[in-house]
Amino acid sequence: MIGLPQASGFAGRVDGLFDTLLALSGVVVLGVFVVMIWFCVKYRHGSSADRKGEAHRHLGVELTWTLIPMAMFIGLFAWSVKLWVVLRTPPADATPIYVVAKQWMWKVQHVGGQREINTLHVPLGQPIRLVMTSQDVIHSFYVPAFRVKQDVLPDRYTDLWFTATKTGTYHLFCAEFCGTDHARMGGEVVVMTPADYANWLHAHAGTGLAAQGAAMFRRFGCSGCHDPHAGVHAPDLDNLYGSTVPLANGSQVLADERYLHDAIMLPKLQVAAGYAPIMPSYQDRIDESDVLALIAYLKSRSNHPEIVDEYR
Amino acid sequence: MSTAERIAPSYLEEGFSLRSWLGTRDHKRIAILYALGITFFFFLGGLAAALIRLELVTPAGDVLSAETYNKVFTFHGVVMVWFFLIPSIPATLGNFLLPLMIGARDMAFPRLNLFSWYLYIVGGLFTIACLLLGGVDTGWTFYTPFSTMFSNSNVMLAVVGVFVVGFSSIFTGLNFIVTIHTMRAPGMTWFRLPLFVWSMYAVALVMMLATPVLAMTLALIALERLFGVGIFDPALGGDPLLFQHFFWFYSHPAVYIMVLPAMGVVSELITAGVRRRIFGYKFMVWAIVGIAVVGFLVWGHHMFVSGQSMYAGIIFSILSFIIAVPSAIKVFNWTATLYKGDISFTAPLLYALGFVGLFMLGGLTGLFLAATALDVSLTDTYFVVAHFHYIMVGGSVMAYLGGIHYWWPKITGRLYSEAWARFAAILMFFGFNLTFFPQYVLGWEGMPRRYHEYLPQYQVLNVLSSAGATILAVSYLLPLGYLLWSLRHGARAGANPWNAQGLEWTTPSPPTLHNFEETPQVTGGPYAYEQP
Ligand code: HEC
Ligand SMILES: [Cu+2]
Ligand SMILES: [Cu+2]
Repeated sequence: MIGLPQASGFAGRVDGLFDTLLALSGVVVLGVFVVMIWFCVKYRHGSSADRKGEAHRHLGVELTWTLIPMAMFIGLFAWSVKLWVVLRTPPADATPIYVVAKQWMWKVQHVGGQREINTLHVPLGQPIRLVMTSQDVIHSFYVPAFRVKQDVLPDRYTDLWFTATKTGTYHLFCAEFCGTDHARMGGEVVVMTPADYANWLHAHAGTGLAAQGAAMFRRFGCSGCHDPHAGVHAPDLDNLYGSTVPLANGSQVLADERYLHDAIMLPKLQVAAGYAPIMPSYQDRIDESDVLALIAYLKSRSNHPEIVDEYR
Repeated sequence: MSTAERIAPSYLEEGFSLRSWLGTRDHKRIAILYALGITFFFFLGGLAAALIRLELVTPAGDVLSAETYNKVFTFHGVVMVWFFLIPSIPATLGNFLLPLMIGARDMAFPRLNLFSWYLYIVGGLFTIACLLLGGVDTGWTFYTPFSTMFSNSNVMLAVVGVFVVGFSSIFTGLNFIVTIHTMRAPGMTWFRLPLFVWSMYAVALVMMLATPVLAMTLALIALERLFGVGIFDPALGGDPLLFQHFFWFYSHPAVYIMVLPAMGVVSELITAGVRRRIFGYKFMVWAIVGIAVVGFLVWGHHMFVSGQSMYAGIIFSILSFIIAVPSAIKVFNWTATLYKGDISFTAPLLYALGFVGLFMLGGLTGLFLAATALDVSLTDTYFVVAHFHYIMVGGSVMAYLGGIHYWWPKITGRLYSEAWARFAAILMFFGFNLTFFPQYVLGWEGMPRRYHEYLPQYQVLNVLSSAGATILAVSYLLPLGYLLWSLRHGARAGANPWNAQGLEWTTPSPPTLHNFEETPQVTGGPYAYEQP
């Protein structure tokens, strides 16, 4: 539609559905209005129109205008679901970028350790998967030009993916009301050619995220319990990510990002089988960006197929 | 029947003291009490809306501070939803007309009816206290953990206000259901009930089943906020999405609490204006019931991007498409009712036709939001704001005002000025579209809702919207003027000034305390207008 750029692989497809629905609605509105006005004029009080006889037999008419909309709705639903599944299923080779929202800013961390605030640099043509969490209340990551939006929740990871298809700078908004400066919690997404992007990454490279995590692992004293030679009975974290962990309560859980996050921030929630629940909660000491670095580090110690390329 | 033939005094003449009003058990007087409260809150909420539209004339946040702006739109939402829209038609027109339409002397529980009004007032006082002590800034949706752990405003006062007023609607619902089940006049079978009564029945069921969930949710907010019990805040081990599920499990049905009554009113207004039977009476009844039932199963469509699973999104999407079917049926049936009618364009009919048009636009844009892939872009933008204002303001408020006009002669015994009323109805239709249509475009172009400041590219549409709001404000003030004027100067209405069908028109205007001299005998269905 006018004014809004189509800058992602989804934009054209979403707009196609939108325009179809708009056209259909237009036809229905026009149809009903025309009939309404026609009846209003023809059967106005005092007109000589023929009013004799009962209106048509009801059942057939009713069924017609019940079943036709029904069929149309189901068609629209199917179309929309097809697109929805694509929107919600990031491809395996998408590059992860980590986003932490807090009142009222967006903090972005790239795998190579580049950090930015209220700005997100992405390469053209490469699928990107944002892994997002919030430090406080619920926010929502919204880039109209990409036709994507996803709420960002505290203590949980949600993700959102897209492939940018047009270089340029696009608006980023927070779409979920989050307090005083909600309206100012915006920023921009900069789409660059792969070559420019590589330069940008190079210029802003810091210590890689996993390496930052490794340093924190020592600084926060994790290694004091989790190192193989530490005197404490604590699980070995090699190959943990992507494995299935038996819990003390008898159930099992997949060690994904959320599990690792909770293990650090809310260790009492899920205790690994065979260990005493002595791990302290880091909730008050570590912020979400650090947790992401720690998770990147733990992932780098895993040879789970999905993440090998990312971190090694 | 004119007042001269009246045997007993009208309900308005039954006593003139304050006590005779505040202690009344007459459903008609209670309806008037509600009307006063509702009108007050409507203009209060409207004032908040005016401030919002004023702020949004320019992209910069220059009229109000961000904090005040957030409080103003929260107040607008809380007041308009719980203190105006939800009680509007049921508590005023419903209370007044339900017994009259089914041939009863009063509600089943007159004392409970009065008690419900007091709850409404107490809830309202809490809300006003909340405002005076500095307001609340969570939005009417009270999303957690913002509302429980992060907002420093008067969340508790607002929550208590809504909690209390919720019981008012639960009791009203109970009263309606029992009344309709047990107090119908002889011969008034279920399928002879006017559609307005059916809509009251459906809405009463929804009120009774959904509102307790709201009460529970608000109580949980209080527990978390006051005692730090971890329910919704993840830092305490809670789940913020749980709140959204609870909240929308109530608040989606609440949308139908607001719109079903409007559908009932409009069915009465159209048949009377067109002088025809409603087209497809039984389909209309089943559409009402269907909407009320399926309305409980679509709450997740408010949460497509909230972190709810992809599969939940798919299920809530198909259910939301399905619930659009009965709404479509109703629009087509109202239109078909015009066929071979004898149409007089009285103010009530103009309001009703305006309702059908705006409701249709609101309903169709609902399909965009039901389509998950589009909702991703549209949710939490002005598109949603426009959508629900089309349903609730374009739809429900139009119907409410249309109903007030139609039954005004019955309620007050006076005729209002038709010319002014038609003018107001037409002005309202245009003012409304000018206010809210630009917001659809704003939403599609990406402007998020609840923004105190916005990008300059959105200004033109915002200015149009604010200009429309000015017209809309005038069109709401007009009826206040000419209706009040008619109380003194309007011509006396006979028992049936519209020459309309329905038991309420067989009583004198205004009716006597006990409504009917003798219990009426019903021998046929509603809307028995003579066909040529
Ligand atoms: C006082 C010793 C101690 C410290 C310090 C400690 N942990 Fe732990 N951790 C444990 C124990 C014991 C368990 C197993 C019981 C449980 O699951 O709570 C564990 C479990 C875990 C698990 C889940 C392992 C599994 O197999 O499921 C992860 C991940 C983890 N810790 C990460 C960390 C990180 C990261 C830090 C530093 C920020 C840290 N731990 C600090 C003792 C500790
Ligand atoms: Cu926000
Ligand atoms: Cu809903």
